[in-house]
Amino acid sequence: MEVQGGMKKEVQIEIKNLNFYYAGGVHAIKGISMPVYKNTVTALIGPSGCGKTTFLRCFNRMHDLYHGNRYEGEILLDGKNILGHDIDLMKLRTMVGMVFQKPTPFPMSVFENIAFGLRLRGIKNKTEVRDRVEKALKDTYLWDETKDRLMKSSHALSGGQQQRLCIARAVAVRPETILFDEPCSALDPISTSGIEDLMAELKENYTIVIVTHNMQQAARVSEYTGFFMLGELIEFDNTQKIFTAPGNKLTESYITGRFG
Amino acid sequence: MAREVYHKSLKDVQNDLMKMSEMVATAISRAMEALETRDMQASKKVIKDDLRINKLRFNIEKKCMMLIATQQPMAKDLRMLGSVINIITDLERIGDHAEGIAKISVLIGDTPLVKPLIDLPRMADKAVDMLRRTMVAFMEKDVETARKICDEDDIVDALYDQIYRELLFLMIEKPKIIEGATHLIWAAHNLERIADRVTNIAERVVYMVTGKMEELNVSKY
Repeated sequence: MEVQGGMKKEVQIEIKNLNFYYAGGVHAIKGISMPVYKNTVTALIGPSGCGKTTFLRCFNRMHDLYHGNRYEGEILLDGKNILGHDIDLMKLRTMVGMVFQKPTPFPMSVFENIAFGLRLRGIKNKTEVRDRVEKALKDTYLWDETKDRLMKSSHALSGGQQQRLCIARAVAVRPETILFDEPCSALDPISTSGIEDLMAELKENYTIVIVTHNMQQAARVSEYTGFFMLGELIEFDNTQKIFTAPGNKLTESYITGRFG
Repeated sequence: MAREVYHKSLKDVQNDLMKMSEMVATAISRAMEALETRDMQASKKVIKDDLRINKLRFNIEKKCMMLIATQQPMAKDLRMLGSVINIITDLERIGDHAEGIAKISVLIGDTPLVKPLIDLPRMADKAVDMLRRTMVAFMEKDVETARKICDEDDIVDALYDQIYRELLFLMIEKPKIIEGATHLIWAAHNLERIADRVTNIAERVVYMVTGKMEELNVSKY
């Protein structure tokens, strides 16, 4: 699909004719092809049940956690098909981090929430772990708020802080891409704008894909937007075009509230 | 249909816009008729009625701002509201030009006109016709007509040139009528500006429908 607007970007992830079937046989993603550009935010929008979260979860093979789910087609990450059988899923999920709808801090200290993932990936040196925890907290603007209570339970943090901790946890292992699945739907407006500002900072170093029900959020934070319906990608283009003059009638009807 | 209140409000704004454009078109016709017939009361009424146009403009703008703030319009709705905010500015200025013609008429007072008016009413008719057709194009999302109307600005410009030259010759011939002739040139200039403003509105119609901002007719003046 050609992107208008003349922005030339390096492709980080190339999705080619992707189909996805749930174990029960539901054909949830139907022949989707689109690029995800490096160091940009790509938003996925569409009505409930359109397949946008299913699509997002293909990027780090989350569906493999359940038996019987099936992919067809290709998702090329840096040119390599991540749907291949030879893929090390642990390594893939290090490269493609994920942040969920509700903050999911582990029931452990703020420090351990981040250190846990690092140790899991073989980083044992205490100084390095400490440095990377600090950097991750600084990168997510959480350091000042947590530096005096690093060893306290993460559950004592506010919802917005917990979500930023989850982002810090994803950032700490230095992924290339971070997937956000409705990261602000459980947050108040102030925490939401905090996460949105953070995404704008993070895209300097990471590629971001976000699923959101909030169209204004998609319009605010992303450079590219894909509109999904019934498992199909109806339109993909730069965000400015999608929200001011979309090319497809269905997109226009959805974003102007004629259905959905 | 989802968001019924919202869509009703959008229609409301469009209806108000049509009402405002009709008030403005009437103001131009009445101002010209009053100048022609030397009807001082009618000229004064055009001046007074301009306040109603200005008031309606603010009401429409407020409605647009409220819709943007509360409903976050997107795509064609956003383009429509953005266009309306621009169009009401042009309509308000067109109203001012009509008021300008009425003020010239009051200024001329009891002094007889320096010549019978022929091309000035034609200019006014053409400008009013362009305005009304542009507003129909707005409602019907008719890009082709909007583009055509922009080209018609050349007809008004040509009439203005003709009036200007004619009055200039008259002034050279009879320097005594310089003041009266200048008043008529001002009136013609107001009409020329009105037609230019109409092309702005037509450009907005094109943007509203296509999403592309285009300059369609650059005025000679």
